Amino acid sequence: MLELTPLEWEALLLSLRVATLSVVVSLPFGLFIAWLLARRDFAGKILLDGLVHLPLVVPPVVVGYLLLLLFGRQGPLGAWLYDHLGITLAFNWKGAALAAAVMAFPLMVRAMRLSLEAVDRKLESAARTLGAGRLSVFVTITLPLMWPGLLTAAILGFARSLGEFGATITFVSNIPGETRTLPLALYSLIQSPDGEAGALRLTVIAVVLALAALAASELLARRIKRRLEG
Amino acid sequence: MLELVVKKRLAAFALDVELACETSGIVALFGRSGAGKTTLVNILAGLIRPDSGRVALDGEVLYDGASGRHLPPERRRLGYVFQEGRLFPHMTVRANLTYGYKRAAPDARPIGLDQIVALLGLEGLLGRRPADLSGGEKQRVALGRALLANPRLLLMDEPLAALDQPRKEEILPFIERLRDELEIPMVYVSHAMDELVRLADTLVLMSDGRVAAVGPIDELTSRLDLRPLTGRHEAGAVIPARLAGHDRVFGLSDLAFPGGRLRVPRLAVPLGTKLRVRIRARDVALALSAPKDSSFLNVLKGRVTELGGEQGPLVDVLLDLGGTPLWARITNLSCQKLQLAPGKEVFALIKSVALDRHALGRIAGERRFLESEDEGSP
Repeated sequence: MLELTPLEWEALLLSLRVATLSVVVSLPFGLFIAWLLARRDFAGKILLDGLVHLPLVVPPVVVGYLLLLLFGRQGPLGAWLYDHLGITLAFNWKGAALAAAVMAFPLMVRAMRLSLEAVDRKLESAARTLGAGRLSVFVTITLPLMWPGLLTAAILGFARSLGEFGATITFVSNIPGETRTLPLALYSLIQSPDGEAGALRLTVIAVVLALAALAASELLARRIKRRLEG
Repeated sequence: MLELVVKKRLAAFALDVELACETSGIVALFGRSGAGKTTLVNILAGLIRPDSGRVALDGEVLYDGASGRHLPPERRRLGYVFQEGRLFPHMTVRANLTYGYKRAAPDARPIGLDQIVALLGLEGLLGRRPADLSGGEKQRVALGRALLANPRLLLMDEPLAALDQPRKEEILPFIERLRDELEIPMVYVSHAMDELVRLADTLVLMSDGRVAAVGPIDELTSRLDLRPLTGRHEAGAVIPARLAGHDRVFGLSDLAFPGGRLRVPRLAVPLGTKLRVRIRARDVALALSAPKDSSFLNVLKGRVTELGGEQGPLVDVLLDLGGTPLWARITNLSCQKLQLAPGKEVFALIKSVALDRHALGRIAGERRFLESEDEGSP
């Protein structure tokens, strides 16, 4: 009963790979957007804010379809990526990571923005009077102080990416071994007449993974908090 | 030489300052909260950009509105000790201390970590985090951190305001040592006159975003027209004096000044030390003849020069003691009884007890002079 079939193992490992890539790519980009939204004033800030949050309110299928239009081989961005960098995103696991990243992005930006806004800017001023330039202050003061937020963003993003379904199936379809992640495999098993035991196993795995991620983030956050506050 | 001509408009407040002063010893910015002291210091540090004007230190232009030059704070080499310390919570005391030191040019590091640690008594704190420090310890670390960045001028924005009196007493001697031993010029913001009497040489009086007066502290505190700014409750005269003798039997010290002598509780400083004594107006009583059987040890002959505030129940009387101004605050009733008027000869009576450690400060730059007088170190 608890023994996973090779196909289920494949789905689990693929999911972990997709979620990891999704977080690794969107973390620095999300940090930049969070910094723009928290610290800068510019024309179109509201528009950017809205755009970042769009995946949260639009049906995931719509996001998947938009990705297909933009990043498909014939899409404007997809064609450019293929011509210049030789990267294809449609119907492969990197595309699944992109879909997961877009869906997780608002959550990650939100967590980082909140923690960035909580950083005492007076400490940054103090650092500058001590001879540190803007970038140096960001690296030595701001980033370490927003570390709990970065961690929360990474874990939230990872968990959200693991669970991504709608945008993924629309953008990269449900190809075994390539884009069939855990939720997609679960969906396929439910569709098949004798997949009940497999579906149950995957459900347990999904729940355990999510709980482990949350517990890890809680533990780490506590430890960091203790370090920051002494 | 510090030159500041700046205008800055903030939400409900306008700063319009013109100031030029020497930056030797300690320059004090004094004024009520809201007078613009902190804004001015932030402009000097480069943390606030003025709307227009010019800021220059020892000939180097830090800000010039006309040419658009605005040197960023990290390139001004000005140390800044903030009221709230602002230690970096995620670093140890040692890492806090060396933050600016590592960034200073290696050839511009006359002060080393060990020296600062010894000077400020930080030996036991290096491995700790700011959260484990007391308020006084935090400010000492903040002071050390600013000094180790090797500033050419140290800015201090009410560094003692968040501390209680015992903690203040813990820090003040350190600041005096910085002034006397490291000879770092400082701009010191405060609204506590007793701190300034101990520390400052030059006083900049601020009010409503403007500089109301600039001058030596003893001069400005003796001016009646500045009384609303120098403070009424704590009002008094600041007198420069010299330690002239010790009375070992009764534990008293004698201070000499041009208008006479003052006896104060014994001071642990060598003969010849130049001191500033602050005599609060309310600690001075007046008499028409020298009392023969009283406990007053200080009876000084002088002449009334000015009467102030005669409408209320209290009168401030300005006296001239052989060229030194002294204030006395007495009741209007006493004033009438004694028939005080400018020119009248009176005796000022001052209790020695009123002239305690809080009322005395050593004048800057005296230490080396003293040591060559073979009096030993204080």
